[in-house]
Amino acid sequence: MNRGLALKLLGWLRPIAPIILALLIGALILAALGRDPSAFYLQILRRTVLSPSGAQEVLVLMAPLLCLAASLIVCFRAGLWNLGVDGQYMLGGVFTSAFAAAATASMPYWFAIPCLVAIGIAVGVVWSMVPAMLRAYQGVNEIISTLMMTFLALSTGAFLIKTVFDDPESPVPQTIFLPIEDRLPRLFDSLVHVGVIAAVVIVLAVHVIMTRTAFGLKLQIVGHNPRAAEHAGLNVKRLTLAVFAISAGLAALGGAIDVLGVRGVVRADWHPSFGLLVVPLVFLARFHGVAVIAFVAFFAVLTIGGESASRRADLPHDFLLIMMSLILLILALTDHLISRLKGR
Amino acid sequence: MHQHVHAGAPAAPVVSLSGITKRFGPVLANSDVSLQLYAGEVHALLGENGAGKSTLIGILSGLLQPDAGSIVVRGQTVSIAAPREAIALGIGTVFQHATLVPTLTVVENLLLGQPWWVRLRRTQTLERLAELSRLLGVSIDPDATAGELSLGEQQQIEIIKALWRGERVLILDEPTSMLTPQGVRELGVVLNRLRSEGMAIVLITHKLHEVLEFGDRLTVLKLGQVVGALEPQRFQEMTEDQARRFIVSTMFGRKEDSVDSAASARAPVAAAKRQTSVLQQPALLELRGICTVRRQREVALDRVSFSVHSGEIFGVAGVDGNGQKQLAEVIAGQMQASSGQVFFDAHDLSSASVAQRQALGLRYLTDDRLGEGTVGSFSVALNAVLKRVGEAPFWQRGWTRDAQITSYARELIATYDVRTPGPDAPIGTLSGGNIQKLLFGRELTRAPKLVVYNKPTYGLDVANIQAARDRIRAQAQQGVAAVIISTELEELVELCDRVAVMSRGRMVGIIEACDDYAEAIGGLMVGGDSR
Amino acid sequence: MDTLFTQAFATAFIAGAITAGVPLWLAGLGEQISEKSGVLNLGLEGMMLAGAFVGFSVALATGSFALGFLAGALGGALVALLMVLLCVVIHLNQIVVGIAITLAMQGATSLAHHVMYARDFPRLPRQNEWAIPFLSDIPVIGKAIFTHHPVIFMAVLLVPLLAWVFRSTHIGLNLSAAGEKPAALDIAGVSVGWTRGLAVVATGLLGGLGGAVMSNIGAGLFVPFITGGAGFMAIVLAMLARGRPTWVLGSALIVGLAMSVTTALQVGGLQIPTDVVQMLPFTLIIVVLALFGRRAGLPASLGLPYQRGAR
Repeated sequence: MNRGLALKLLGWLRPIAPIILALLIGALILAALGRDPSAFYLQILRRTVLSPSGAQEVLVLMAPLLCLAASLIVCFRAGLWNLGVDGQYMLGGVFTSAFAAAATASMPYWFAIPCLVAIGIAVGVVWSMVPAMLRAYQGVNEIISTLMMTFLALSTGAFLIKTVFDDPESPVPQTIFLPIEDRLPRLFDSLVHVGVIAAVVIVLAVHVIMTRTAFGLKLQIVGHNPRAAEHAGLNVKRLTLAVFAISAGLAALGGAIDVLGVRGVVRADWHPSFGLLVVPLVFLARFHGVAVIAFVAFFAVLTIGGESASRRADLPHDFLLIMMSLILLILALTDHLISRLKGR
Repeated sequence: MHQHVHAGAPAAPVVSLSGITKRFGPVLANSDVSLQLYAGEVHALLGENGAGKSTLIGILSGLLQPDAGSIVVRGQTVSIAAPREAIALGIGTVFQHATLVPTLTVVENLLLGQPWWVRLRRTQTLERLAELSRLLGVSIDPDATAGELSLGEQQQIEIIKALWRGERVLILDEPTSMLTPQGVRELGVVLNRLRSEGMAIVLITHKLHEVLEFGDRLTVLKLGQVVGALEPQRFQEMTEDQARRFIVSTMFGRKEDSVDSAASARAPVAAAKRQTSVLQQPALLELRGICTVRRQREVALDRVSFSVHSGEIFGVAGVDGNGQKQLAEVIAGQMQASSGQVFFDAHDLSSASVAQRQALGLRYLTDDRLGEGTVGSFSVALNAVLKRVGEAPFWQRGWTRDAQITSYARELIATYDVRTPGPDAPIGTLSGGNIQKLLFGRELTRAPKLVVYNKPTYGLDVANIQAARDRIRAQAQQGVAAVIISTELEELVELCDRVAVMSRGRMVGIIEACDDYAEAIGGLMVGGDSR
Repeated sequence: MDTLFTQAFATAFIAGAITAGVPLWLAGLGEQISEKSGVLNLGLEGMMLAGAFVGFSVALATGSFALGFLAGALGGALVALLMVLLCVVIHLNQIVVGIAITLAMQGATSLAHHVMYARDFPRLPRQNEWAIPFLSDIPVIGKAIFTHHPVIFMAVLLVPLLAWVFRSTHIGLNLSAAGEKPAALDIAGVSVGWTRGLAVVATGLLGGLGGAVMSNIGAGLFVPFITGGAGFMAIVLAMLARGRPTWVLGSALIVGLAMSVTTALQVGGLQIPTDVVQMLPFTLIIVVLALFGRRAGLPASLGLPYQRGAR
């Protein structure tokens, strides 16, 4: 087949092939372990897409994930590696949860919720300023600094929950429980809360800003060629700080939505680790806002359905990690193949 | 033109290329190229940018593989699959850009490549270094860190490296681009010595006078093909003028008087006339006591002070690496001086950012087109507005207006004769010369008052060079001042009202246009750089 | 409070620091080799996990700790080969592949553990330690520093050995060139691919060994995610060490001390929360980054794939 046709085919295949191949390889592994692959995948579907409550759970899980995806899109487009999203997410959730019960009790609801969200975002932003300034003013590699800040975040969050934020009436160290009626309002009679809608809007907004505004273009210039950015008169230091702030704020927002919409409480051993797993999804989507929604949905289905299916098949649900890594690798290979064919 | 004696009829060629073809995607870099290299000869390889010279060298040195054609070395057909094999075949290459590891010392750099299971053969390496240094007539400190040497010295080490294992073929890719006149003369001496040793030398250049000075035989490449060749006998029979005409006509397909000599002839006269009126204008740009901190590969600026008047073309000469890049960046705002002041149009620029200086009319055309001047993955249109992100009419309240950007880009493309399929083409598909034209357009729109040009014609072909120089002159007529940083003396002589010479970070003198302009400038360059 | 200053306590404290630090500096040295050659190896955590699991399984099966360590090292090297294939040969993005490998190994070892050991959670018996004669008789320090499993002494010797290799052998030169200016190495006729490939495999060997030390000596068993971010920690240490193996050793020991302090404080009955103590090494690293980050001295070509003659 000629090259043009092959390229077009690969363009379509590019996002789908990694998923299909990963599922196939997953099936092989399942079979090798003596489990029934078709039953496994069927259970995933049955638990999520084919069940009304399951579908709602998928949507609910998508809310914080989409915030993480938005966060990563912003920083990846600017060429920065904010690997501290888990820490920012956690602290955003911790602080929001810490003040949640008190805020809703003492303020009108419609005022308390935005305040709580703002607190969560602010914490994330502040937390990112150390690696941000190190990178902007000292050129320190942000991979190290954000990784370190994540470790710090987990310890700091745990410490705060055990001490300052601890609910005195609870035997286990945790924040004060936020009753369900005070959480984010739900749509109709379902489990889906407004946070889900907000998250979708945010991802789309991020996409539009990245691709159709001057600010987004500035970030892309910094991401593609920081020296050209300097030469072009862009204030790279300020832009770097802005990118970190926005990215961390979005990640923290994810944590806040998670708490206000679902959890209602945070224990001292809370260790959110979705950040690293969202990375492949963002790459799959090529940083495109609309595409990433589809991939996050796929991942949410896999996570919720996978947990149930794994339990039934007597497997640890970390099996999922293998699938995600396969997706990432196959995607990287496919991209490579495509650029080779393009003759670059 | 030099004359040297050939030992009778030439023997069989040391290296023979036949029908070499190489493609990079849609671009045909080399198309059916054939040429021969003989011992004891300097074979000059000429061509404009994009003619295929670098590709051919890449093939000979083992970095690239030809898609078709054959290479015969000393009678044997070979395929050179890796640099290692080129070395084994006796082919040594000195590239345009240094291939020394900047953090290692000279000795360590020379030790690279020896079999790794043996102990470091320091003594033997030092001996061979001394031997080859004597052969070339140079002296190098073996324990100096490679990254801290001057570019001329680095090149000398490169030549030594290329000759290390007793190579019989030496390829030099644009060796004089960063040398002083003295350095070029020294290189000439080295070439002569090597030639008399029976070395086959390939000299890639686009400078006519180098060909005439050093070449025995020449081949002209154009768009990947061989369009003209002269064997030694015919070459020696021609006069300088005839040779020039032959070369120009084969390179450009039109018969005209040599571009270089006519231009440099009219320069001092024209410049002298302008100079008197220009120097009476008010000072537009003024630097006082500028000092900077040292950076890798460059000398720091040391109390640089000068001023440039409206409509003046001010040249900065000097061997590369003597602080010119830092000077450009201090003026443009990309680098902060550690002491001293910059004044522009009566404004003190100490706290002015790059963007603010651009708004004041101070523009900077960088020499690093790909690394700094453009974003490789963006289109031509986006690169055209790269310095104006967020400004009207291209952006309205932050929102991108594609139509405006595209039409502006089209205008630039038309006015500055940029050869490109269209404004949406990725800028990576343009040749260096066309990118430069786009950058010219970019910097010269929107009422510039002073433009800093860093090597504005570097890597351009003869036609584009002339067009660029004409443009700079035209701008000056309209009152736009220019600071031209260049290593090409003839360019500065042709264009500038005054030329300053940088040496080791200091401005050692400013020469006004006069009768022996070039000699005066060259003298300062040599005198100030005593090593 | 009295227990805090007994000899037994001090011995346990220092010995614990070393035991905690060894995997870190082994992995850190490995990462340093990779980074010197220009490869940013984010898959180190995965290599350590692989080494931990394989090392534990082989030690359990054969009863020999030595074989366990060897197997662990080889396990890490095997994972490293994957990274070599994807990053050095095919030139995929090093960061993406590193993350993928870490995820894959986390999942794979967890799965393997579930399949093989989830029923009975086997443990390894405590191994006999070597006591260096004479030196190990020094009170406190003698037992803490000079009485350890031989692997730990080997790990210590590795530091000056590596320092020598970096400075005075062709291997060291090649690594530096590959990291600073691979084109120069290529022109010199040395394969950049092989240099980087071998560097990454060396990282896998050392990382795998570090993981095996963690599971076999440190814990005596394997649980999923046993490395708990040690791989990433080691990456940070390697980046901070500016190419000097001794600095990796030093910083790993400091971190090990901090980790050891946690248990020590609990034993001593002090009420300082473990979280605060755990925060200390990370805070220290951030401070170091802030003060010295600018002069990090990282190789110029770190993270950039090398393609000969690329346009």
